[in-house]
Amino acid sequence: MNKNNLILYIGILIFGLAAPYVFPAFKVQLSILCILIVLAITWNIQGGEMGYNTFGNILFYGLGMYLCASVQVGMFFPLAEWTESGGEKTFVHTPTQFFQGMAVGLVVAAVVPTIVAALIGYSILGLRGHYFAICTLGLGVAAGEISGGIEIIGAGQGFTTPPFPNVGSLEARGEFFYFLSFLVLILTFLAVKAIYSTRFKLILNAIRDNEDKAEAMGIETMKYKIIGWMISAFFCGLAGGIMGGLVGYIDSTDVAFDGREMGVFMVLMAILGGKGTLWGPVIGATVFHIFKEGFWTFFLGWQYVALGVLIVVIVIYFPEGIMGWLREKYPERFGEVVDEADRKAQVEIK
Amino acid sequence: MDFLVFQYPMITVQACLDGILLGVLFALIAYGMALQWGVMNIINIAQGDLVILGGYIAYFMYLYGIHPAWGVIVAPVIMYFVGIAIYKLVINKVVDRDLFISILATFGISILFMQLMNFAFGADVVLANSGYGTTMLFDSNVVLPNSKIFSAFISILFAVCLVIYMKKSKLGRAIRATAQNARAAKILGVDTEKVYAATFGINAALCGVAGALISITFTIHPYMGLPYTIRSFMIVIVAGLGNLPGVAMSGMGLGVFEEFADYILGTEFRIGSVFLLLVLILVYRRFKLSRKREYLK
Repeated sequence: MNKNNLILYIGILIFGLAAPYVFPAFKVQLSILCILIVLAITWNIQGGEMGYNTFGNILFYGLGMYLCASVQVGMFFPLAEWTESGGEKTFVHTPTQFFQGMAVGLVVAAVVPTIVAALIGYSILGLRGHYFAICTLGLGVAAGEISGGIEIIGAGQGFTTPPFPNVGSLEARGEFFYFLSFLVLILTFLAVKAIYSTRFKLILNAIRDNEDKAEAMGIETMKYKIIGWMISAFFCGLAGGIMGGLVGYIDSTDVAFDGREMGVFMVLMAILGGKGTLWGPVIGATVFHIFKEGFWTFFLGWQYVALGVLIVVIVIYFPEGIMGWLREKYPERFGEVVDEADRKAQVEIK
Repeated sequence: MDFLVFQYPMITVQACLDGILLGVLFALIAYGMALQWGVMNIINIAQGDLVILGGYIAYFMYLYGIHPAWGVIVAPVIMYFVGIAIYKLVINKVVDRDLFISILATFGISILFMQLMNFAFGADVVLANSGYGTTMLFDSNVVLPNSKIFSAFISILFAVCLVIYMKKSKLGRAIRATAQNARAAKILGVDTEKVYAATFGINAALCGVAGALISITFTIHPYMGLPYTIRSFMIVIVAGLGNLPGVAMSGMGLGVFEEFADYILGTEFRIGSVFLLLVLILVYRRFKLSRKREYLK
């Protein structure tokens, strides 16, 4: 089993490293796929393991996006002039400035959302169930509406992120962003895998199953809930920062705090793959992205109609997800001991 | 920032009156929300989109030369059947399940409606002109459009009719019984499935009325649904389920809050302030409840 896992990981790693050269036309799509998987994995920490169905992780994603771009611009040029409407952009980043700015920007984009999560965690995570869901939904939309009114980050007309500098090769931009997002994906996966093998995951599961009992057993649930949210915020911020550079343009409600799209996508991907599993979000995000892009390409214009129908269908008919379905079909593979006679008896009762 | 509100008292009066007339409409939508939440334990994110759909019905009547005020009668009839259809297709499968499933499923319906309306009616901001003129008060310092007064009056009328209907009619009794205890109601011979469908239909019809009124007094746009959902959710959690005077009061309060936010912060922050208020109310509620919990310890 362990050896198989190792082969699987090495296979994925080789595929990931070779992908931009094998499918050169899909580099941007592959980068977006990496970002989507990161978002699904981080959502799963709340929604799957902790039982807190949040629509608000989009807040950290958008925050990271704005922060990374602002730092990247603000380190070298006046930010207000950059985002001013009209006129030609006369500022150009040299390659050194671009990469320096990106590095510092990504650090800020990861750290500040983590701090924000820690600050608001105590008040927000005290809510339970649907109050939490609606509150985080409100938080995400409020952030979008408010950032759409702030002048210095471009207000309603958006924020153009620094264009990629000319470093010789035309393919450099796609490769740079692909490898960056792939790196973040690996980091996220390994970090979450490491976390899930400790007691922390058990505590999160205890919170999901019965929070009051967990508290009565002496677990400081609030502390662990906040830590879990901070971990999500860290990786969401990173993903947002990269996505901002990749898209090249930040709009307050359509790109950054896009609760209607990205905010629902992360929930949907995790549910499609299977909540509360390590691999579920990865599989779900991959399937979802392939389906989405296929549909977007062939039925342009009807994509949101399809999205709405897809949400309803997945939620109603497929709430356990792909991993849940596999688990029911092949319980032996998941390390569950099944009594053959018992299983047959169950079938007969049906 | 505009401090005119404090320097010129008539603007305060204007904002209060505007807010109250607007708040009555919000309260009508929130009443539907409270109804379905109480009876079926469903939070309907698509509530606002049903409102907008109702608005488009009135707008189309206006386009075809019928006075849009008749939409107040036509929209609820059509919306009732739309509501029943949504119930039969989706909602009846999520009634007994986890609340989050219902939130997500109705979120899907919301996106679907939003986009279908965008296809069907275009992405323009539209309004149905009722031609009712305006009323001047206090030496024409306060200007109130008659359409707003009309809409508030119609909202109150519908709300009162519904309350009486709920009290007196057989279906109303069945709905109230199901809200109290669905199992017991089932045992005593209430067809809960029918009651749920009727409840959702009535909710959609209320949204239709509110939408028709909104298309007369304000503007409608396919993507404007979500703020109405959030407003009605907020009103219901502030007032509590089944507290009708509370719903009316908090609806008006929200209307006044919005008008003042509009004047003081500026129109671009209006929707943002509504969503932020929701977060603040929920956080306040959480601290209030946790204090109660500690007291019980």
